[in-house]
Amino acid sequence: MTAQLAAYTTSTGEAFQFWVLGTIAVIGALCTVFMKKAVHSALCLAGTMIVLAVFYLANGAYFLGIVQIVVYTGAIMMLFLFVVMLVGVTAADSLKETIKGQRWLALLCGLGFGTLLIGGIGNASLKEFNGLGRANANGNVEGLATLIFTKYVFAFELTGALLITATVGAMVLTHRERTERAKTQRELAEQRVREGKHVPPLPAPGVYARHNAVDIAGLLPDGTPSELTVSKTLRDRGQVRDVSTEALSDLKALEQRAEDRLERSNSGGSNSGEASK
Amino acid sequence: MNPVNYLYLAALLFTIGATGVLIRRNAIVVFMCVELMLNACNLAFVAFARMHGNLDGQIIAFFTMVVAAAEVVVGLAIIVSVFRARHSASVDDASLMKL
Repeated sequence: MTAQLAAYTTSTGEAFQFWVLGTIAVIGALCTVFMKKAVHSALCLAGTMIVLAVFYLANGAYFLGIVQIVVYTGAIMMLFLFVVMLVGVTAADSLKETIKGQRWLALLCGLGFGTLLIGGIGNASLKEFNGLGRANANGNVEGLATLIFTKYVFAFELTGALLITATVGAMVLTHRERTERAKTQRELAEQRVREGKHVPPLPAPGVYARHNAVDIAGLLPDGTPSELTVSKTLRDRGQVRDVSTEALSDLKALEQRAEDRLERSNSGGSNSGEASK
Repeated sequence: MNPVNYLYLAALLFTIGATGVLIRRNAIVVFMCVELMLNACNLAFVAFARMHGNLDGQIIAFFTMVVAAAEVVVGLAIIVSVFRARHSASVDDASLMKL
């Protein structure tokens, strides 16, 4: 392995790995940008990060490869998924451009920037690849530890301060202090009676025989759906299903089928009744 | 294969991430694209460490990861609190510092 890393060019195996996994990484990155739903973007990004972890391992950064999997795909991406669950599900990405032609300009900028960057790397004289054979001789983790606790010890301690600050910041930003006492059940009941709008409990949602459907509004006697029967959360999200028209058209077919079924069971029942007699 | 190819891949991923930041309107996806850019930088650092034969590049990549973790925590907290205030995670809607 060390001899391999010290080599000027990589082994065939690593080249193969690079081309296969590199393709996956680029596809994952493109999917992150172009997927419509935030959840899909997050999953594609997690895939790209795992591929990058494999590349770190291939480059002799064993500690970083593992940290990448544990910290990035394990912690950060899962945090992203949690926030997507909190926020992103209802927040649809608006496809309307606020600045005219911004998307094409952005693509053009990206293309130009990429060309410049890749051209710059192409022009740089990166002929010498020393490999990490000597640096990793005593083990990668030991080498990193030596550097962190000697040359970079000040930066390392600053990192600790940064992490503490970030933790406190996140708690301050997301914590909400209750400014008034929560109302007890009795107080809520008294308030309801005082207002006199809905003294009894709210009506139950319409329920289909096929499944327990809380998102289907119950129908009033005249066939119109009642808003009151569906939970406020579902109403706010716009996830109420209106089946009033569906139900009426299905009713006839349902009755027909029920009649057929009943006739057959009636005749069967009379037959068995006669046999028992 | 020349190991310089890792640098080309890092450049490509960085470019894709930057384009994503410019294109997308959802704050969470914009944030993910920033993470992609940070990861591309880390790949470049690791490749440079291999090129120069010392571990300094890996140390810098390690610190980048720590800073990125802190950044994600605070950034997502900001997104959640902005969402609470405006009921939207779109970067277009958050045009004012206050409501």
